[in-house]
Amino acid sequence: MARSINLKPFYFGLGAVAVAGGAWIWMVKAQAGGTTTSVNPVLVGIATSFEGYLLGADSAPVEVIEYADFQCPACAQFAILTMPDVRRRLINTGLVRWRFRDFPLPMHDKASAAHLAAACAGEQGRFWEMHDQLYYNHGAWVRERRAERKFRDFARAVGVELKRYDACVKEGRYAARIASTKDDGAALGVSSTPTFVIGGLMVAGSIRYDSLRTLVDRARPATTP
Amino acid sequence: MVIATLSLIGFFVALYLWFWKIGFIGSIACGSGGCETVQLSEYAEFLGLPVALYGVGGYLMLFGVSLLSLQPSWFERREPTIALVALAGIGVAFTAYLSYLEAAVIQEWCRWCLVSAGIITAILVAAVAGLREVS
Repeated sequence: MARSINLKPFYFGLGAVAVAGGAWIWMVKAQAGGTTTSVNPVLVGIATSFEGYLLGADSAPVEVIEYADFQCPACAQFAILTMPDVRRRLINTGLVRWRFRDFPLPMHDKASAAHLAAACAGEQGRFWEMHDQLYYNHGAWVRERRAERKFRDFARAVGVELKRYDACVKEGRYAARIASTKDDGAALGVSSTPTFVIGGLMVAGSIRYDSLRTLVDRARPATTP
Repeated sequence: MVIATLSLIGFFVALYLWFWKIGFIGSIACGSGGCETVQLSEYAEFLGLPVALYGVGGYLMLFGVSLLSLQPSWFERREPTIALVALAGIGVAFTAYLSYLEAAVIQEWCRWCLVSAGIITAILVAAVAGLREVS
């Protein structure tokens, strides 16, 4: 015989859990929006050291400078989740010129080596390919005791001539330039990664595409004739 | 009732991880940063879909079946309980595999994944207990 139980209190409790869960997600989403769209952008000057690695047309009306650390998880998140949209919808359409600048953070033990590896790949015109390797395979090297081996594998995978790459890494050819670029960023006010300078305004954090697009659109009138 | 409640909580945990994965929320609340490492690893996807999305779907199915099992016409039948044990069993096995990857391969722990692991294990225990009761 089927038992009859009053489920109304249970459904009421379940509804309360659903409302609480929905409110939690909504709050997290609102906070995320707060760190991206309502940041307090600050005016910054112009960098004087190495100009960085460029993507996009010189004629693009807006320049975005990204200060990033290859070992930083938030930078990897941005590179994996947001950068494909940025490339497709902003850079490839000629709206944005993207400038990547090195900012290896001191607490990341492999960041300097990763930036050096990218610079040595860049010497052979493979910086962006190496950039993608480093971020897309983030989990494969950040805990690796001998990360340099992984970097060499990545370099090989992107078609870098290894003899030249090895020589470049061994002599630390771009170590001083990387340090100088980082110092330059710090002098501009960069203290965390990723940090973006969009049309002269500085925004810290792994911002979402929509927020970035808003800031790019905001920068357009000032930079277009 | 326990399973329905736990499934709903698990659903929101999985939804949170999935939303972060697809960039819907900006940052993940995870003290050590292990969640980001785990979620950005190559193991955070399975058959081309984010692992968290499987969690969202799995918890939704558990929630639906658990509600069905409470309906008068299904209350005394074994099928929903067997389905709950099967679903939760798959969930626990998948979670065990992911936990192994966290421990042995990625060498980082995602706290939200551990919360989900606790929830799915509790659901399996409740489902097995329910099956014995129905038997």
